[in-house]
Amino acid sequence: MADPVDVSRVAWPAGLAPYRVVLAARMRAQRSHRASFRVDLVGSMLVGLVELAEVWVLYRNVPSLGGLRLHQVILVFGIADVCFSLADMVVGHCDELPTYLRAGTLDVFYLRPQPLLAQLVTSDISLRRLARALVGVTALVAGLVLAGPGWSPSAVLLVAMALVFGTLTFAAMFVLAAGVQFFLVNGAEMTNAFVYGGRYAATQPASLWSRPLQAVFAFAFPMAFTAYLPVVTLLGLPGAGWLPSWLGWCTPLAALWAWSAALLAWRTGVRHYQGGGG
Amino acid sequence: MRVYWRLLAAGFAQQSAYRLAALGGLLANATFGLLKVTILGATVTAAGGTVAGYDADAIGAYVWLSQGLLGSVNLYGRSVVATRIKDGDVVVDLLRPLDLQASSVTTEVGAALFNLLLRGLPSVAIGLLAGMVLPTTPAPYALGVVSVLLAVVLSFATVYIVATSGFWLVETRGLQILYMVGSGFFAGLFVPISLFPAWLLMLAQATPFPSMLMYPVDILSGRTQGTAALLLVAAQVGWLTVVLVAGHLLTRAGRRRLEVQGG
Repeated sequence: MADPVDVSRVAWPAGLAPYRVVLAARMRAQRSHRASFRVDLVGSMLVGLVELAEVWVLYRNVPSLGGLRLHQVILVFGIADVCFSLADMVVGHCDELPTYLRAGTLDVFYLRPQPLLAQLVTSDISLRRLARALVGVTALVAGLVLAGPGWSPSAVLLVAMALVFGTLTFAAMFVLAAGVQFFLVNGAEMTNAFVYGGRYAATQPASLWSRPLQAVFAFAFPMAFTAYLPVVTLLGLPGAGWLPSWLGWCTPLAALWAWSAALLAWRTGVRHYQGGGG
Repeated sequence: MRVYWRLLAAGFAQQSAYRLAALGGLLANATFGLLKVTILGATVTAAGGTVAGYDADAIGAYVWLSQGLLGSVNLYGRSVVATRIKDGDVVVDLLRPLDLQASSVTTEVGAALFNLLLRGLPSVAIGLLAGMVLPTTPAPYALGVVSVLLAVVLSFATVYIVATSGFWLVETRGLQILYMVGSGFFAGLFVPISLFPAWLLMLAQATPFPSMLMYPVDILSGRTQGTAALLLVAAQVGWLTVVLVAGHLLTRAGRRRLEVQGG
């Protein structure tokens, strides 16, 4: 594996120095249990491979699903997986929140002079996710080569936008799920189901969905915007139902919407929190 | 023996404290059930009406029964005892006049049984509303209940083995992820294992994972009946025996290995 980014070498504004120290310590800590870290990396890569295998197992039984052929759906998978892995690496540990809530250790975060969400996000960084992003990148490159979109400046812009705003959208889902945790307390499984299930939805052809499913996963939780819609636009495929093919250009709107919902949920959650008696 | 009944009841009661979480879990189950029915149903249609013996009705039964079981079988690999081994609290557990393996598994199974009632049954009810078809004879249900219970216990007993590796590794997160990856895929959580190519199907059947989800779903849905169904239950019993014995031996070896710092 390539050496991970050494955060301590990056120039950080003075106000961010405490975050830098914490992140650097976290990276060292993860590599200290060496055997487990290696298994971690292999495991994370296998997660990506198995998810790809699930797509393949379905498509080997049929020529196409929802207007997408195997090489096209691999491109959808690649974009979604790269975005999800990056979001997971940076904010994925927000799903540790229920543990803090039940043990009452979240109160410690309140004592420090930094915003709660910023502390939670920078409390960890999962290096093992880099291994997983590798699978996504491979699928993305293979998909781009096999599906062969006509390369033009606008195609490059479309893919770049999909990657940036897709990552932001997935990150928003993690924060949204964390906000809801303040009410559920022990609902890690539910938010896992939404976050990981959202990733599952993101790799599917949204053209198959009924209108209610489109309402939920294309608009309320804009999962179709992370990968499927940009691919439809990129390859010039026909739209379906409420999803015309030009929607692939609207990824920034989806990210903006997701973050509005996420910050609202987080704010409401933090105000609801009354301490765990720690 | 009575003390284990109490632990079972305690696990049940502990889980019942988080009712909102159960409701949320149910909501998530139902939503993803709809997604799975959509993609798998489309696969069946695109393949001309049947895939590996599954028609639209059989796919519906598979999806909703597996969604119902999902909250009660441990396919994510985490457990309380793994955390306790890592931070040393397990010392307190070992001082108690109880078997560590039996008490850990029993408590978690108690919580799982609560989920079966509050998340499993409603998931199946939602499936029925969404047009799922269930068998009309009593035999699949009678054997199915046994098979579901075996699946639940087997999953937690296997996760216990993952946790005991902490006696040697301390941090078991890596193994837990491996377990999560393998169990979901080979248990047939996203795609029924009959859709796998032959070599992958054989590989899956050589693991305990299909016994945790696929087999009870096959029995309950009536896809597998008669002697074949009994053979599936026999496979479950076999795996459970292997896993329990292995867990027992690992606990014994781990006790001697355990080193707790601080105090």
